[in-house]
Amino acid sequence: MMQHLPILQVLLPLLAAPFAALLRGRELAWGLTFLTTGAAFLISIALFLEQRALGTTLVYELGNWAAPIGIVYVIDAASALVLPVISGIGFIATLAARQLVAAEIDRRDHGLFYAAWLLTIAGMLGQVTTGDAFNIFVFLEISSLSAYALVAMGSGRDRRALPAAFNYLILGTVGATFYVIGIGLLYMLTGTLNLADLAERLPQVEETRAAFTAMAFIALGLFLKMALFPLHFWLVPAYAHAPSAVTALMASTATKVSVYVLIRLIFGVFGIEFPGLVDGVGLLVLTLGIAGAFVGTLAAIVETDLKKLFAQSSIAQLGYMAIGIGAMSATGLAAAFLHLFNHALMKGALFLAIGMIAAQAGRATMGTLQGAGKQIPITMTAILFGGLALIGVPLTAGFISKVYLIRALLEQDFWLLAGLTFVSSALALAYVWKIIEAAWLRPRPEGAPELSETPSQYMPAWIMVIATLGFGIYATPLVDAAFAAAHVFIPATVGAP
Amino acid sequence: MSAWMDPILGQWNYYLVIALMMIGFYAVIARGNMVKKIVGLNIFQTSVFMLYISMGKVANGTAPILTGEPSTVYSNPLPHVLILTAIVVGVSTTAVGYALIIRIQESFGSIEDDDIIAMLDDEEAPAS
Amino acid sequence: MQDDVVIRVVAKVMIPAVMLFALYVQFHGDYGPGGGFQAGVIFASAFVLNAVVFGLNKGRHVWPAHYNLMGICGGVLIYGFTGVAGMAFGENFLSFNVLADDPIAGQHLGILLVEFGVGLTVAAVMVMLFFTFAGRLSHNRLLSKSDAHERRLAPKSSPSKEVTK
Repeated sequence: MMQHLPILQVLLPLLAAPFAALLRGRELAWGLTFLTTGAAFLISIALFLEQRALGTTLVYELGNWAAPIGIVYVIDAASALVLPVISGIGFIATLAARQLVAAEIDRRDHGLFYAAWLLTIAGMLGQVTTGDAFNIFVFLEISSLSAYALVAMGSGRDRRALPAAFNYLILGTVGATFYVIGIGLLYMLTGTLNLADLAERLPQVEETRAAFTAMAFIALGLFLKMALFPLHFWLVPAYAHAPSAVTALMASTATKVSVYVLIRLIFGVFGIEFPGLVDGVGLLVLTLGIAGAFVGTLAAIVETDLKKLFAQSSIAQLGYMAIGIGAMSATGLAAAFLHLFNHALMKGALFLAIGMIAAQAGRATMGTLQGAGKQIPITMTAILFGGLALIGVPLTAGFISKVYLIRALLEQDFWLLAGLTFVSSALALAYVWKIIEAAWLRPRPEGAPELSETPSQYMPAWIMVIATLGFGIYATPLVDAAFAAAHVFIPATVGAP
Repeated sequence: MSAWMDPILGQWNYYLVIALMMIGFYAVIARGNMVKKIVGLNIFQTSVFMLYISMGKVANGTAPILTGEPSTVYSNPLPHVLILTAIVVGVSTTAVGYALIIRIQESFGSIEDDDIIAMLDDEEAPAS
Repeated sequence: MQDDVVIRVVAKVMIPAVMLFALYVQFHGDYGPGGGFQAGVIFASAFVLNAVVFGLNKGRHVWPAHYNLMGICGGVLIYGFTGVAGMAFGENFLSFNVLADDPIAGQHLGILLVEFGVGLTVAAVMVMLFFTFAGRLSHNRLLSKSDAHERRLAPKSSPSKEVTK
């Protein structure tokens, strides 16, 4: 059984999806989803532990066809780190989805909702495990297509979900098609689609213009998918108008997976020594990352709708991941992985807590939040901790990733960028303070809807808050795993920590 | 074929693909009508299919069905397989896109980007 | 279109032929060009032709709506569990060598089942797409563009907005 874990990771949610679609009763569909995501989470933990213990790469050959011919699933330090993030968030979001979905989705659609939900998770897990460039595209589209449907399901409550989903569809498809063009060019050059094989054969053709073009197409397509500034315009409406559970799932996983695929393609296939990578793509990603960090944070400060506020802040946080990638060093990549992990936890906690408020009050704005600190103190405390982690306050996980990010920039003598990163992180205090002020320092206005909280409502968010605090206080294993992941792409001798 | 024409005529398929790609991409960006956007997206994707299919062609190669003759030259079937998948993905995307357009038409009464943006602005304004 | 004798007769002759051709493409796919995707679309086109010629209601009668979901999910499950069967025999996912006594027959059986699953899903999806779109459009009058412009110009005319307040 153990040797089948890499395939079961993807297969379980994939095959559970048709069953969920066939199940009529909503409790049944939810129960199946809950069990499946729970099992997927356990599998990802087992894979992570096994990979850490062995220290090698686990390879699973589909249909017993060996690597360059067949499709292989590869679990190395990097994918082993990202899998638990996706399946874990998927599991906890499913836990919360029971109430959120009951409140926001038409009863008859629950089976199909959970089918799309499982397919999204399966697609994301597939993108991370697969070792085949075209297979990544297929899983990318599986997760994206079901994500479009999930976003559009917000239309029962908020019709703006429909144009948001449509724009997401157009831009997502353009991004994926760009990626396929790049892969096609690479296939023409090398005659292989296996990522490891590609990395081996590319150096022979690295001076050709076609290789540069392929890199440009792949990078651009994935920038679109990961919502890197200035290609982020699909993200805010899609997150803001999607059902709350979907926002929580997607905000913490969808863009992260694209970040991972970008790292895997740029560093794992083209390699750090690819001509023009450090000066070209590296500089571009750095610039866009820092610009995104400022634009996202500033937009979040003026925003009043809470889902939009944190969606804008996601743009900023993706900017930090981009800065980590753009640093083009092992420490930078480790910082990107750390931030990927930590940001998933914080955003998951925030969007789950906000989702619970939105499910009760119809929508969550600064107005809804006024005086909420006394009515729903436990939920609001979760939001407070999530916000603090976003700023990067010590003892939260956000602090750890910011420390390594700034360290990576200082290693390369990017003093100005390190300063800018610090300033933009500090600016995040402004929007977190806005929430604190509204929730605790203002009285609850007359006639505002009553908010209530029960353990089952705030528990999912608090699980993630506790994880955020836990990884903030005792970060050593996570930091080790992140560095191991970074060293998959950049050997330890280059820019050792 | 003379030497200077080689890069043009010898790579005519790429010029075709790029032209088609740009036509489709232009339609996606420039058209306000959502149906036209989807049509543009389809043209854009089709250009990529052509890129793959044309790369799979081997000069003088026949269809990749085993003939038993060892001297037979076959075209590369792998790009076809990949594109079969990509076509299915394209069809699904188109279907989801049109389904969304119908829903948008039902709830907004328009499938023009400008109209919908104006309506959304109207809705946003009093709320904040 | 039901009143047109030529179309009706031709459709009645063609529909079984189309279905038969779909089955040929489906089950001959492992020897020649063909396979589940193509066969599924051809098979579905027979039902689409039926609905186009004889009307949506009669089309629905031949292919009830609940077939769709069962077909779609069933096909995916056939594919998936054919792969899982390889795992049950102690090999990797999707390895068909062990499905029969000798590897070639195993591969044959495996690809046949997988393509059958693909064909089932594709046919069901295609029929469902047709009926979903056709069913929706026949009930909903599409507003003309000028209608939408009038709505946009008239202040606060959107009825749904009044409800939400």
